[in-house]
Amino acid sequence: MATEAGGPGPDLSPASGLNGGAGLNWGVESGRGSILSRIPGQGLGLNLDGGAVARPLGLAQRLHLDLPLVFALLLAAGYGLLVLSSAIDQDPERLEAQLVRLGLAFTVMVVVAQVPPALWRRLAVPLYVAGVLTLVAVLLVGEIGKGAQRWLDLGVLRFQPSELLKLGVPLLLAWFLALRPLPPGAWRTLGALVLTALPAVLIARQPDLGTALLVGSAGLAVLFLAGLSWRLIAFLAATAAALAPLLWSQMLDYQKNRVLTLFDPERDPLGTGYHIIQSQIAIGSGGVYGKGWGLGTQSHLEFLPERSTDFIFAVLGEELGLFGVLALMGVYLFIVFRGLYLASQCQDSFGRLLAGGLTLIFFVYLFVNTGMVSGLLPVVGVPLPLVSYGGTSMVTLLAGFGLIMSMYTHPVATGRGGGGRAAPRP
Amino acid sequence: MAGSWFHADVDQRRAFARRAWVAAILATLLLLVVVARVAQLQIHRHQHFSTLSQDNRVRLEPLPPVRGLIYDAHGVPLATNEPSFTLTVSPYKAKDLETLFAELGAIVPIAEADLKRFERLRRQGSPYQAVPLRLHLTEEEIARLSLEGQRFPAVDIRTDLLRTYPQGPLTGHVLGYVGRIDEEELQRIDQGAYRGTDFIGKNGLEKAYEAVLHGQVGYRQVEVNAKGRVLRTLESQPPVPGKDLRLHLDIRLQRDAAAALGQRRGAVAALDPRTGGVLALVSNPGFDPNPFVEGIGIQEYAALRDDPDVPLFDRALRGQYPPGSTIKPFIALAGLENGVITPRQAKHCGGHYQLPGQSHRYRDWRKGGHGSVDLRRSIVESCDVYYYDLAHDLGIDRLGDFLGKFHFGRKTGVDLAGELGGLLPSREWKRRVRNQAWYPGETLIVGIGQGAFLATPLQLAAATAALANGGRYLEPRVARSMEAGADQPEAIPAPGRPLGLDPSHLEDVVQAMIQVVESPRGTAKRIRSPAYRIAGKTGTAQVFTVGQKETYKEKQVAERKRDHALFVAFAPVEDPRIAVAVVVENGGHGGAVAAPVARAVLDSYLLGTGPAAELSAPGEEEAEDGD
Repeated sequence: MATEAGGPGPDLSPASGLNGGAGLNWGVESGRGSILSRIPGQGLGLNLDGGAVARPLGLAQRLHLDLPLVFALLLAAGYGLLVLSSAIDQDPERLEAQLVRLGLAFTVMVVVAQVPPALWRRLAVPLYVAGVLTLVAVLLVGEIGKGAQRWLDLGVLRFQPSELLKLGVPLLLAWFLALRPLPPGAWRTLGALVLTALPAVLIARQPDLGTALLVGSAGLAVLFLAGLSWRLIAFLAATAAALAPLLWSQMLDYQKNRVLTLFDPERDPLGTGYHIIQSQIAIGSGGVYGKGWGLGTQSHLEFLPERSTDFIFAVLGEELGLFGVLALMGVYLFIVFRGLYLASQCQDSFGRLLAGGLTLIFFVYLFVNTGMVSGLLPVVGVPLPLVSYGGTSMVTLLAGFGLIMSMYTHPVATGRGGGGRAAPRP
Repeated sequence: MAGSWFHADVDQRRAFARRAWVAAILATLLLLVVVARVAQLQIHRHQHFSTLSQDNRVRLEPLPPVRGLIYDAHGVPLATNEPSFTLTVSPYKAKDLETLFAELGAIVPIAEADLKRFERLRRQGSPYQAVPLRLHLTEEEIARLSLEGQRFPAVDIRTDLLRTYPQGPLTGHVLGYVGRIDEEELQRIDQGAYRGTDFIGKNGLEKAYEAVLHGQVGYRQVEVNAKGRVLRTLESQPPVPGKDLRLHLDIRLQRDAAAALGQRRGAVAALDPRTGGVLALVSNPGFDPNPFVEGIGIQEYAALRDDPDVPLFDRALRGQYPPGSTIKPFIALAGLENGVITPRQAKHCGGHYQLPGQSHRYRDWRKGGHGSVDLRRSIVESCDVYYYDLAHDLGIDRLGDFLGKFHFGRKTGVDLAGELGGLLPSREWKRRVRNQAWYPGETLIVGIGQGAFLATPLQLAAATAALANGGRYLEPRVARSMEAGADQPEAIPAPGRPLGLDPSHLEDVVQAMIQVVESPRGTAKRIRSPAYRIAGKTGTAQVFTVGQKETYKEKQVAERKRDHALFVAFAPVEDPRIAVAVVVENGGHGGAVAAPVARAVLDSYLLGTGPAAELSAPGEEEAEDGD
């Protein structure tokens, strides 16, 4: 990107041919040097005043939280609970279970935010390696025991090893790409793609297409934010298009069916086609104002399958109508913007890439889910973030937001403990 | 260059910010697409979907497959599915369960146990499931309920196919049973494949062939009224029923074998040495699997569990006994194969054996000894000293290697769940378990099949079958073929491999085993049959160790501490069609107790006659009744 900004400089990047002449080469400096952090935030062209240090720190700052983001997340979770309680017919046991999970997830977020970025950077490789090894183990065991256990049982919460990689992949890629000045050259890009593809393929073989998609897009999101040149993006898109038939031949029958059914729901009226038809009836019949909370006939007369989990967006559409959908989308969009803003305010490339990448995964989550339920995308098992009933993915998701806040609120170690932006402007 | 890294950082921040903006705009656009789609559905096509929703009476229901049946070798049904009518209640449709139960109780009897089970099942299942309240409704009860049915929207009568085992206790162990899917199984299975199915194979054949017997779930679209009652079926994808299993097992032989054991605890395993097929597999006492299908009552279960005869324990598959002298033909074969002995070569038996330089006397079962003993005599009279010496010459390593080929110390690989593999002691085992070195004296004890050496009746039968068929070890198979509708039956092969034995060595050993039955000095001479020729070997497994100076006096030892009686045999010797292993717990001498049971099994299979009562009569004491 530096080149595109017009900075002419000595082109020493090994991959110059492909990314059109990378920016300046500064030898071994890795972009997380101490002096750099003293420069106050320049991202988004905003000019933060350097005197922020002098201001007394608020509680949120001391807790390493970003209040607008926390409020938006709580708002989405609260709204989600409202929709969910209708979807589960106000079953107090399940409502309580969801509340406990939400509490746990937010606690995890706060805890994760306390851990300084330097430690997360050091954890990147071990976490990734552990995640991939567990996946291999699960795959081997699974093949012996005939698809037996995708889960590790941790008592209260069952844990899927693939969940770990939803954080592990962006962590590793942010670390890997920030080792050298950005944007990455062709070899570095290739390395990043391999590091992304390895766990994604392993997860897809479980087979868990939804999670594989999220993990894969996590890697691509980080690469995109790292400034992958548009020419390379075009090249990759072309390659992907060329490889699509190959991927198609590798897909399992039920996965192919889901894609085909998208274009013609009547193809499989007893399988996934039924899901799509019923969820569209639910949304469409809701109209602009909805049928009213708890009054959705599609949801409550058991026509809509998986209404408390993957298809809960249809319950929202049916009962609260277009306005209800817009309200949720508004909160989601605010979260995405805020996340990207916080990312751009981080001190070093590692923090920026990680925070930005995690924000984009959140977006992929909600786009894939709402797109699937409204009949734009094939049916893959991706929950609606903060709303769907279920625990594991919510904990991972909020741990991700904890990471974003950790990147944003912790001063990069300078030896003088603070640098220019210890107290960020909200 | 002083300012280059400074500019570089600014550039990097700017570059990131630009990408972040692109991402934010892209995200907004994509969300707008979704919103536009939702708006299209909710505004533009609202009328259409609204009508569809009002008319929506279509619901998807799973159609569980019918479980495959199990037949014996001659087509006698061993596991069937019988229709059973169950009264179910959907708690979420009921206003007040207490009054509902009271009103229902006036129509059909509802017991306290029914209510307890209802509560238990209700807690386990999803809140929108119909929960069984009363099982096995009679036709009269169904008639009364359908008269008053309209009053109770929460009540349904469900027709289930209930797994039934017509042969009851006779097949309890070998078939196992199905039962309700529990929490742990729910984690393991593909839940989609079990939608609408409540039962799963819990053990035995039902568990081993679960994937074959279960079949494939189907679906149907049903039209329902506003209250959710089904009006008619619109479209359906029928389930694929599970495949039927045809067994090698012959239920008549199974019954005769159980009858031959009578009241005694023990096991019979009978195999076809040509195919590896399991002809009979009896563990006595057995248990009736039928009550387990719908969940056995606590008291009923406690009675089975606490019975001192442990009827729930599958002795044929999991009972591990010292093989005693039944191991001697295999040890003799090991000696011949390793060139340690020749058939003619004689050893002197003076009633005991001593290792060089040790004072401990390893005793023969016959106090005075057998005199000069060659291979044939060693098996016919079951001379212990001959095998002490042979085992000593062979050493534990060669002995273990050879016995391992016959699957001693490891599972036979039978197609049943829960098999145990016995124990073949070795240096490695001793170090691992006791952290001790191997003593030469232990080799002698292995040589006569005592000590830590353990084998299951099925292992003994499978090893004997390998002697009968000319030296091929076949993994036993209970199931012979799978059948789906009118399709050609799909055979289930029994994997086997030749053991590479010298035919003349095998012949020497088999001739000796024939003399066990036919020689006037043979330990099993009483079971000699005029109709066909038998090769066999008696065995006695010590339960109770006799001190150096004492002698074993059967009558003085408490019944439960008496020796186990064993017998292995095959027949007819010219063309063996059946190999059998019998264990009678605390039976005493193999020749007196176990051999007659084996004879009854052979008679039943080869001659088609029932158990010969006069042969299995115990109490006949004989001084020459070797071990």
